[in-house]
Amino acid sequence: MGQRVNDLMGWVDARFPLTKMWEEHLSKYYAPKNFNFWYFFGSLAIMVLVIQVLSGIFLAMFYKPDTALAFQSVEMNIMRDVEWGWLIRYFHSTGASAFFIVVYLHMFRGLIYGSYKKPRELVWIFGVLIFLALMAEGFMGYLLPWGQMSFWGAQVIINLVSAIPFVGEDLGIWVRGDFVIGDATLNRFFSLHIIAIPLILIGLIVAHIIALHEVGSNNPDGVEIKKNKDENGIPRDGIPFHPYYSVKDIVGVVVFLMFFAGVVFFIPEMFGYFLEHANFEPANPLKTPEHIAPVWYFTPYYSILRAVPSIAGSAFPGVIAMGAAIVVLFFLPWLDRNPVKSIRYRAGWYKILVALFVVAFITLGYLGTKAPTDMRTLVAQICTIYYFAFFLLMPFYTKMETNKPVPERVTMK
Amino acid sequence: MKKIILILLTFVAMTSTGLVLASGGEHLEKANINVDDKASLQRGVKVFTDYCLSCHSAKYVRFNRVATDLGMTEEQVMGNLNHLGTKFGSTMTAVMTPEYAKQAFGAVPPDLSLVARSRGVDWLYSYLKGFYADPSKTTGHNNTVFKDVGMPNIFWKQEGVKKPIIEDHDGEKVVAGVELVKQGTMTPEEFDAMINDLVAYMSYMGEPNQSYRKSLGVYVLIFLVVLFGFAYAMKKDYWKDVH
Repeated sequence: MGQRVNDLMGWVDARFPLTKMWEEHLSKYYAPKNFNFWYFFGSLAIMVLVIQVLSGIFLAMFYKPDTALAFQSVEMNIMRDVEWGWLIRYFHSTGASAFFIVVYLHMFRGLIYGSYKKPRELVWIFGVLIFLALMAEGFMGYLLPWGQMSFWGAQVIINLVSAIPFVGEDLGIWVRGDFVIGDATLNRFFSLHIIAIPLILIGLIVAHIIALHEVGSNNPDGVEIKKNKDENGIPRDGIPFHPYYSVKDIVGVVVFLMFFAGVVFFIPEMFGYFLEHANFEPANPLKTPEHIAPVWYFTPYYSILRAVPSIAGSAFPGVIAMGAAIVVLFFLPWLDRNPVKSIRYRAGWYKILVALFVVAFITLGYLGTKAPTDMRTLVAQICTIYYFAFFLLMPFYTKMETNKPVPERVTMK
Repeated sequence: MKKIILILLTFVAMTSTGLVLASGGEHLEKANINVDDKASLQRGVKVFTDYCLSCHSAKYVRFNRVATDLGMTEEQVMGNLNHLGTKFGSTMTAVMTPEYAKQAFGAVPPDLSLVARSRGVDWLYSYLKGFYADPSKTTGHNNTVFKDVGMPNIFWKQEGVKKPIIEDHDGEKVVAGVELVKQGTMTPEEFDAMINDLVAYMSYMGEPNQSYRKSLGVYVLIFLVVLFGFAYAMKKDYWKDVH
């Protein structure tokens, strides 16, 4: 039997680099042995992607991208008539939010351990592109149930395009395929949501992982394990991804699934954050809801948009600020001038700056879910200034840090 | 470990702010409903089909599904609930035609299939109990949670006559509450119980799978806890030589 399998593997390997790929990416991919809690979120992001693709395939079998039928196909057919349709729908709606939670934590890990620094700049850039694609995916998917928030949320965001001077109006019509959000918009968003963006997303994820495996993983100490290899050329602080991290990540996946199942089975609406209450009403272009808020994962950037005062009645400066808030992430590898990667060995006051950044980001997210008042706008403006200052002043303040000595080898704390 | 605790705390904090946020808006009375109580749901669906379905539809809700979920026979449903005599497997349509409703009320009354999810059960409970006599309105009634609502007070016979308690807030007249001036055919307790049954049914109707979802969730979590035990033991075993 064993001989037969070996023969078969030999036959395949002569035609396709199966064993080579298995070794390069799993059994002989040496990852630092000191990964901590924060290193679960990469594999969890893949896990959520799988959940989204599988549940999405089944939803697409019953969903109807037609303004007259879409709401009913979700709320009657999928949620009531299709066997287990409700469960598949909750997987997908909870998965969308879970994707952003996992990706935000994954990005935060990169931020605190300097995973964007040389030689991992491209890993980071592919990552930010994935984040952008994910936002497009989430935004277009949110229109599909054709509820009140689907419609009016898309209305607000597409109107941002129209705020661009000179070409805005035409651009808005081009995006919608109509003068208002309608059947043409719904159909193209469906197509983009289930084909175009997922293809881009998967391509970018492959690039992200290939780039990562080319340079090797960073770790909580920010030590390059490839600088210290044994006589066989294997990093002394490295362990093969499989089986060590495959079995460890299974533990992470099970814990994640507990939280995920907790939401899916007990609080699928998540108090109106994952499924907004107003979205249980079908879209009505003639009835503007009292309060329009995008889904929670967009609210930090929506807050930045609203915080910037409009000039001559045009929201364009806010649109620029919102775009810049994401674009600035691409430049992070070059904004941070401190040679030390991990926050563990950087100045104490830098840790405070990062903590304040987290507070500012969460505050922006919270404010984005609320209707603006003078006080809230002021707080959002302060947080927006901090958001940009944190990144744009990096070239200056990161040079002034007094670092702690970085160890030669990774530590197991 | 310190960080894990920190994250869990953040999660708890976010969830609790979620709770606070969700309860915002006007002051609502809490509905005391139990969607697992089939007797309550059966009383509720009777009120719903006798009163609400006269003008409103519940176009995503099928009679046969209600029969299965609420433990009723086809004869019971067709005899007591399906007043239009449509097929057993059909959805709940309003007795009043949309054209007539438009003439009578100026707009077609909204479909109620999902109203418990879009408005919330506490809102429904407070709204249905919030009608008070207001002679300035064509329907003769106004509502504490839905001002100038077009819907007439259909339960006035049971509930009796309510008057608003008007308070002066810096020269602005505000309806602070309502008081019963003349009891109807039901005592206030009986009336509250009826509204509770009705809201319970509407909650069930908004998401017919909710009871099953929660009971299934318990088994899923138990399975995951067991799986965690095995996964953790496997990880420990593989990692015992890593220092």
